Amino acid sequence: MRSRGPSNWRARVSLVVLILGPGTALADAAQPLSPTNIFAPASTPAKSIFGLSLFVLAVTGTIFLVVFSLLLYSVVRFRKRNNDDGIEPPQVYGSNQVELAWTIIPILIVVALFMATARVIAVVQRTPPPGNAVAVTAIGHQFWWEYRYPELGVVTANELHVPVSDPAHPTPTFINLLSVDTDHSFWVPRLAGKTDLIPNHPNTMWMDPQETGVYLGQCAQYCGTQHAKMLLRVYVQSKDEFDRWIQQQRQPATTSIAVSEGQRIFETTACINCHTVSGTVASGRFGPDLTHLMSRDTIAAGAASNTPENLRLWIRNPNAIKPGSLMPAMELEEKDLDALTAYLETLR
Amino acid sequence: MSTDAVVLPRTELTSRPIVARLHDWVTTVDHKRLGILYIVYALVFLVIGGIEATIIRIQLIRPHNDFVSPQVFNRLFTMHGTTMIFFVAMPVLFGFANYLIPLLIGARDMAFPRLNAFSFWMTAFGGLLLYFSLIGANGLYGAGNAPDVGWFAYAPLTSQTFSVGHSTDFWTLALLVSGFGSIGTAINIVATILCMRCPGMTLAKMPLFAWLTLVMGGLVILAVSPLTAAQIMLLIDRYLGGHFFDTQAGGSAVIWMHFFWVFGHPEVYILVLPAFAFASEIIPVFSRKPLFGYPVMVGATIAIGFISMSVWAHHMFTVGMGSAANTFFVISSMTIAVPTGIKIFNWLATMWGGKIEFKTPMLFCIAFILQFLIAGLTGIMLAAAPFDWHLGNSYFVVAHFHYVIVGAILFTLFAAFYYWFPKMLGKMYCETLGKLHFWLFVIGFHLTFDFMHIPGLLGMPRRIYTYEPGRGWDTWNLIVTIGVFFQAAGILVFLGNLIWSYVRGKPAGNDPWDAWTLEWSTNSPPPAYNFYSIPTVKSRRPLWDLKHPDDPDWKYE
Amino acid sequence: MTTTSLTLAPMELVWKPPSRGRVGMFALIAAEAAIFTIFVVAYLFYIGKSLSGPMPREVLSPPFFYTVCLLSSSLTIHFATKALRGADVRMFGAWWFVTIALGAIFLYGTASEWHRLIYRDGLTISTNLFGTTYYSLVGLHGFHVVVGLLCLSLVMAFTLCGVVKQEHAERIDVLSLYWHFVDAVWIVVFTVVYVIGR
Repeated sequence: MRSRGPSNWRARVSLVVLILGPGTALADAAQPLSPTNIFAPASTPAKSIFGLSLFVLAVTGTIFLVVFSLLLYSVVRFRKRNNDDGIEPPQVYGSNQVELAWTIIPILIVVALFMATARVIAVVQRTPPPGNAVAVTAIGHQFWWEYRYPELGVVTANELHVPVSDPAHPTPTFINLLSVDTDHSFWVPRLAGKTDLIPNHPNTMWMDPQETGVYLGQCAQYCGTQHAKMLLRVYVQSKDEFDRWIQQQRQPATTSIAVSEGQRIFETTACINCHTVSGTVASGRFGPDLTHLMSRDTIAAGAASNTPENLRLWIRNPNAIKPGSLMPAMELEEKDLDALTAYLETLR
Repeated sequence: MSTDAVVLPRTELTSRPIVARLHDWVTTVDHKRLGILYIVYALVFLVIGGIEATIIRIQLIRPHNDFVSPQVFNRLFTMHGTTMIFFVAMPVLFGFANYLIPLLIGARDMAFPRLNAFSFWMTAFGGLLLYFSLIGANGLYGAGNAPDVGWFAYAPLTSQTFSVGHSTDFWTLALLVSGFGSIGTAINIVATILCMRCPGMTLAKMPLFAWLTLVMGGLVILAVSPLTAAQIMLLIDRYLGGHFFDTQAGGSAVIWMHFFWVFGHPEVYILVLPAFAFASEIIPVFSRKPLFGYPVMVGATIAIGFISMSVWAHHMFTVGMGSAANTFFVISSMTIAVPTGIKIFNWLATMWGGKIEFKTPMLFCIAFILQFLIAGLTGIMLAAAPFDWHLGNSYFVVAHFHYVIVGAILFTLFAAFYYWFPKMLGKMYCETLGKLHFWLFVIGFHLTFDFMHIPGLLGMPRRIYTYEPGRGWDTWNLIVTIGVFFQAAGILVFLGNLIWSYVRGKPAGNDPWDAWTLEWSTNSPPPAYNFYSIPTVKSRRPLWDLKHPDDPDWKYE
Repeated sequence: MTTTSLTLAPMELVWKPPSRGRVGMFALIAAEAAIFTIFVVAYLFYIGKSLSGPMPREVLSPPFFYTVCLLSSSLTIHFATKALRGADVRMFGAWWFVTIALGAIFLYGTASEWHRLIYRDGLTISTNLFGTTYYSLVGLHGFHVVVGLLCLSLVMAFTLCGVVKQEHAERIDVLSLYWHFVDAVWIVVFTVVYVIGR
C-alpha cells in the first residue's frame, strides 16, 4: 500500500533545483521518486521542515548562481591572453567599501535564515501533546523496535500502527523514545525528521499523518552490526481500522491443539527467555513480542517478509537473513523446527 | 640532501651507503625533511584509505550486494574515516606547514626541532598502531579486529558490553598517541610563528599562510586536547570500571558526543584552514595580483577560529538537546558562514582584473573555489536544524563533508603539491600529466559527490552495509561508485607524475612561478640552513619589492 | 649560492620577538588547560547524579593543610627563580628544595586521602559516578604534580652538581610557569570538588 502525496510535483521540482554539477534527467513522472523522499511530506512536522527547506534552498541556490557566475566570468574575462604583453596587471590591494558590502549582505541573509529556522524549531519541538493524542513508547534494541501503547495496553514490535489525522481535528501520535542498549534513531522521512533513541536520555517526537498508507524508514544512528536492517514500517490507518488493530493486539495468544507440539517446543526451549507470548509462560523481553507475530508483514525488523519459509529459516539460521543479529540459531531438529514454525504461524 | 651546515660536493653525497642515508632520515630534526616524511607517510595512507573507500562503494553499488560482510563493512567505514582524518589529512597538512613555515617567515628551522621530530614519530606510530588492530585485536573472546565503531565512536557502543575484544582500544590508543604528536606540532607552530619571524616581518606583514597556520595551531591546542580527555575517560570506563559513559550507572551517552564534537568540529577547521592557506598563496601568483583584502582575510581567519569553537553541537541536532540549545547552535553555525564567505569573495576579487594562468596549481584552486562554495551552501542547509533532522546522519551529510574534505582540502593539497614540488625537489613536474590528473579527478569527484546528495534527500542513512531496493536509491549509488574509478585513475596519474618528475623532471630553478614570498628567494631544494643570510623584509611580498624597486609594495600597504 | 640579497640596513630596525620557550610553555599550558576543562565539566555535570554509593558530603573533607603547602610552593618557586636571576645559586637551591618538599607533602596528602577513601569509605573509581569523576580529576592533577616534581628534581640534581648558573634563569623561569599552572589547576579542582561538589 503506497501513498502518493498531492505535493509530489513540488518534490520533483525541488530536486531539479538541487542538482548541481552535471545535470541528469529524472525518472518519469508516473512513479513517485521514493517512498522515503523528504520532499514528499505527509505529516505536519515533515511539512514544516519542507517549507523551511524550500526557503533555504531558494536562498542558497541564488547565492550559488551569483557567485558561480562571478567565478565563471572572471575565469573567462581575466585569463591571460596568448598575445600578453608581459606587464603585470594593476596591483589592487583591497577596497573597504566592497568588503563592507559583502559582509553586511551575508549577515542579513543569515538573520533571515535564522529567524525562519527558529520558528520551525518552535513549531516542531514545543508543541505539547493534545488530550486525544495516541501515546506510544518506542524502545530501541539492537536491531529491532519495541512499541508499547501504555494507555491502550498493547505491546508489539517493528511495525508501528497509528491513526490517520484529520487536519481540521488532529489526532497526532506522540512517541517517547527510549533505548535499552546503544544509540538508535527513528527516521521515517515522510512523517517527521529523525529523533535519536539514546539510553538514559528519553526523547519525544510526534507525527500527525494526513494520508493512510505504509510509510517506510530505518534506523539512522549507527548501532552495531545490523544497523542497516533495523527497518521501520509505520501503518497509518483510519480510526476504525486502528481501533480494530488495537483490539486484536490486546487479545492473548490463540491456542490450538493442532500445534500443541510446536507450542511445547517453544515453551521448553530457550525461546521463552527472550520472547513474550501473552497468555503463556513465555514472558521474555529481550526479543520482540510474538503474541501477534502473524499480524505483521515482515520479520526481523523488516529484513525479510513474513512467510513460513522465511520464518523457518530465521529460526534455523538467523545469520542467513541478518548476519550479526542477536537472535541465536536454535539448533533444532528439522521436525521440531517444522512443528515450531507451524505453532508460530497460528499467532495471529 | 645533507643535514650538515657545509655543502658537500655532489659525488660524496650520492655515494654514501643507503644505511647511512636512511639513518639521516630517521634521526633528522630538519623541518624540511620532517615535512617530506609527513607528506610521504600521508600519501601511503591516502592509498590505503582510498582502497577502503573503493571497497565500500563496490559493496554499495547495488542493493543487497554481498561483496563484503556487514562486519567487514563496518570496520571499513570506521578505518576509512579514522585513517583519512588522522593519518592522511592531518599529517599531510602538518607536513606542508613544517616544510613551508620557516621558509615563508625567513627562519632557519622550527622553534623546537627535536619536538618536531618527536611529534612526527608519535603520529607515525599512531597510524601503525591503528592498523596493527587487524592482527592484534583478538582479545579474550577471539573477537576484535579493526575497530568498527565509526570514526566518532559513540558511547555506549564503545563500552566493553558492546565492543568486546580490543578493537576499540586500538582506535583509542592510536588516536591518543597521534594526538600528542599533533599537540606537539601545534606548540611548535605557534612558537615558531610568534617568535622566529625574520626582522621586519611583523604579524601584519607575514604571508596569510602563516596566519592561517597560526590559527590552525591554536585550534589544535584547544580542540585535540578535549579528544585526548574523552579518550582517557573511555579507557577508564573500559579498564578501570569507570562510569563516564555508562548509561546503566547514570552516565551519559550524550556527554561523549559533546566532548567528541568539541574536538570534532574545530578539527574540520584545522583541516580546512591550511587549504585556505594554500589557496591564498597560489591564487595571487597565478592571477598576477596581490591577495585582495589581506587585513580582512586576517580578521576573517581569527573570527573563524573563535566561532568554530562554538558550533559543535550542530552535529547533535537530533539528539534531543532541547529547542533552546538547538536554536543557539543554529545561529552560531550560520554565523561562521559570514567570515567564510568573505574569504571566497576575496579570492574572487584577487582573480578579478588579473591575468590568470591556467597552470595545474591554478586549475585545482579554481575548482576549489567552486566546490568550497557548494560545500559551504550545503553546510548552511545543515545548519538549519529542522532541515538537519532529515539531512543529518544521511548520505547528504556524507556528500557535504566529502565535498569539503575532498573538494576543498584535497584539491588545494593537489595545488600545493604542484606549486611547491619544484621548490622541494628542484625539478619541474610534467604539466600535461598534471592537467590529466586534474580532469580525471574533477570528473570523478563530481560524479561521486554531486550525486551522493540525492540518496540522502531520498532517505538513505549513512553507515549501512546494504540498502533496500525500491527506495529510489539504486541508480544514484551506481553513479557514485563509477566516479570512484575516475578518481582512482587521477590519483594514479598524480603519483606517477610525482615519481617520474622527481627522476626525470627539468631543473626548476629558484623561482619558476615568478612568485613573491621568501621561499622563492633560496635554492630549489633549499639548503639545510634555508637562507644564506636571514633576510629583512619591508612588505608582504619581499620578492615583488626586489623585482619592482620602483614600485614596491610597502608604499601601498 | 644564488640567493637574492634581501637585507636592508639592520640598524634601523629594533626586532625583539618573544622568547620561544615562554610561548611554547604557554601553548602547552593552554593544551593542558583544555584537557582539565573537560574533566572539570564532567565532574560538574555528574554532581548529584550517582545512583548509589558514598556521596561527596559523606566522605570528603577539604584538605586545607595540603592545599596551603601546594600553593605556598608557588611562592617558594618564585623566590627561587628570583634568586637565580640575581646570581645567588645557593639561595636558589634552597628555595628550590623547599618547593619540591612542599609538592611532595601535597602528594602525600592526596595519597593518604585516597587510602582513607578506598579502605575506610569504600569509594573507588568504579563505585559510582562520584568515584569515577573524583579519582579521574584529582588523579589527573596528581599526575601533573608528579611530572612537575620529576622535572624539578632533575633541576635539583643539576644544581647539586654545580651545573646551574645565572644564565639558565630564563629556562628555569619557563619551567616554573608549568609549576604555577599546576597550582592554579589545584585551585580550580579544590573549588569544584570540595566546595561546589559537596
